[in-house]
Amino acid sequence: MKKDSWIASPFMLWVVIFTVVPLAMVCWYAFTDSTGAFTLSNIETIGSYWGYLKDSLVMGAVATILCLLLGYPVAYVMSRASWATQQTLMMLLMLPQWMNFLLRTYAWMTILENNGLINTLLAKIGLGPFQMINTKGAIVLGMVYNFLPYMILPIYSVMEKINKSLFEAANDLGANRMQTFRRVVIPLSLPGVITGITMVFVPSVSTFVISQMLGGGRNPLIGDVIERLFVGAAPNYNVGAALSLVLMVLILISMAVMKKFDDGEETGGLMM
Amino acid sequence: MKRIFALVLSAALLISVCSVLSGCSEEQGVPKTGEVLYVYNWGEYISNGDDGTMDVNAEFEKETGIEVKYLNFSSNEEMYAKMKSGGMTVDVIVPSDYMISQLIHENLLEKLDFDNIPNYENIDQKFRKPAFDPTGEYSVAYTWGCTAIFYDSRYVDEADIDENTWDLLWNEKYSGKILMFNNQRDAFGVAEAKLGYSLNTENQEELEACYEELVNQCSLVQGYYGDQIFDKMESGEAVIAPYYNGDLLMLQDGNEYIRGYIPKGANTFIDSMCIPTCCQNKTAAEKYINFMCREDVALANAEFIGYASPISSVVEELDEEATGEFFYPSDAKLAECEVFYQLSDETNAFLSTKWEDLMKEFTEKTR
Repeated sequence: MKKDSWIASPFMLWVVIFTVVPLAMVCWYAFTDSTGAFTLSNIETIGSYWGYLKDSLVMGAVATILCLLLGYPVAYVMSRASWATQQTLMMLLMLPQWMNFLLRTYAWMTILENNGLINTLLAKIGLGPFQMINTKGAIVLGMVYNFLPYMILPIYSVMEKINKSLFEAANDLGANRMQTFRRVVIPLSLPGVITGITMVFVPSVSTFVISQMLGGGRNPLIGDVIERLFVGAAPNYNVGAALSLVLMVLILISMAVMKKFDDGEETGGLMM
Repeated sequence: MKRIFALVLSAALLISVCSVLSGCSEEQGVPKTGEVLYVYNWGEYISNGDDGTMDVNAEFEKETGIEVKYLNFSSNEEMYAKMKSGGMTVDVIVPSDYMISQLIHENLLEKLDFDNIPNYENIDQKFRKPAFDPTGEYSVAYTWGCTAIFYDSRYVDEADIDENTWDLLWNEKYSGKILMFNNQRDAFGVAEAKLGYSLNTENQEELEACYEELVNQCSLVQGYYGDQIFDKMESGEAVIAPYYNGDLLMLQDGNEYIRGYIPKGANTFIDSMCIPTCCQNKTAAEKYINFMCREDVALANAEFIGYASPISSVVEELDEEATGEFFYPSDAKLAECEVFYQLSDETNAFLSTKWEDLMKEFTEKTR
């Protein structure tokens, strides 16, 4: 044990109380029935929820890819900009986050509705109305909008720390801008990308507010099912916990797969 | 950037100083006793001081010196789940009828000491011993109401309206403009009322028939929502929806064309104040319940939230537009309505599976 490790003890206590204990409770519920006896039947019923799980994973993955495609260039531009521009862009990125997540999603509801902002404007030039609300697209949009900053920030913070002399060296050795980007920026930013993917994928897969507001009951996600199993009219903590556990395992597997990509060029990034 | 930040910060400080000062200038109430009372109620279900109304909780704090921590829930089931998990402190809750009978059944409610609630005298006799609390020892009625059909008179033909039936919610003419409840009990309740069954039926065949009815309806439905029904009706995004009668006036503030009626078989509910067994300060809780039954406070609440008050002297004080047949249905009308009872676990589980099937059908049919 290192001498200074006691500094982390408040956090370790936090982790035990709010992560380890709840996790243990989830496992306990998942493998017991309502009388508290050991059973595997909760896990066995998961099969009937496979459709929700699949939909959630697919939509979460789509949202994550979109966030990456949108966020990576922004992070790159931010990291290469002057200090003042960086601060301004950062401010613009964080500003919407000052508003509550629920309100932001509510706002999207009124933007996308058939009588909403976009369709009203389109009607003025004789177009539409287009069905946007209550579609899969609307749910994915909600995910991308809400979680995009969590993709940009880790990538940006890694890119910003790349030693500028590396670019000069690449230049010196005859690499053009494209080559520098491909051979220097991308490999060095991978740890940020991995963190960003984790931070977007996990909340996207498990969300239920976004699907309820922007999906209107259509395309329910696994988060909706789990919510109902805990606070619905027929609560079943055991199946709910089993579903949460399976969801966690699936997320961990996808994270492990992602990590494999990263292992070749480990640079000690921001992996959570 | 730094300067802007400093500016924002100083503005925020200034505002807080101002509010502290204005707080001081207000009439001083009873000094703080250091007691804290946790109240757990529905959202938008108390007069909160907006637009010059009485801020009921602040008034209570001023008069008693007891600090109120006010929390919201959005369904009886959510309240039950959170309370039962044992993770929260709560002294006063305001659940609905069927949930109260369940809480009594599970020994989760304290008997009230009515010596500490003298204002209970104000509550009308007919609300004192309701079926869900037959001895009347556990609950004090707060508000009551019915489910109703709301529609936007700009888009819905008068000819399509039959105030006795629920058919408007199944009218194909308004496909895509109809909303439904997103909780299974209320949604199945609508189908049960339409088919003339009891809202508390546990008969599988009848429930299957209701399910079929809901499946038939789902291709016409724009979406299944909770509180969002309010906003969607207000903005004109949807034109027909089931909702709770007490919200009509508030809804009309935003959209004057909204009308409502209570069809046969509607659910009538009573939300009552109770003290859960996990209560830490029963005396303060009873003080609060007593305070809520005081005429001026009950009047402020009734005016603000719009749901029917169980205190007739309060009803007399209300504006005429807030006391019509729609808000205070006659006994004859109420005889056609039904109160929810707690269903068996089996029926609830059955409804849950059916509800999930319905959501799948809905997703398939309207893709």
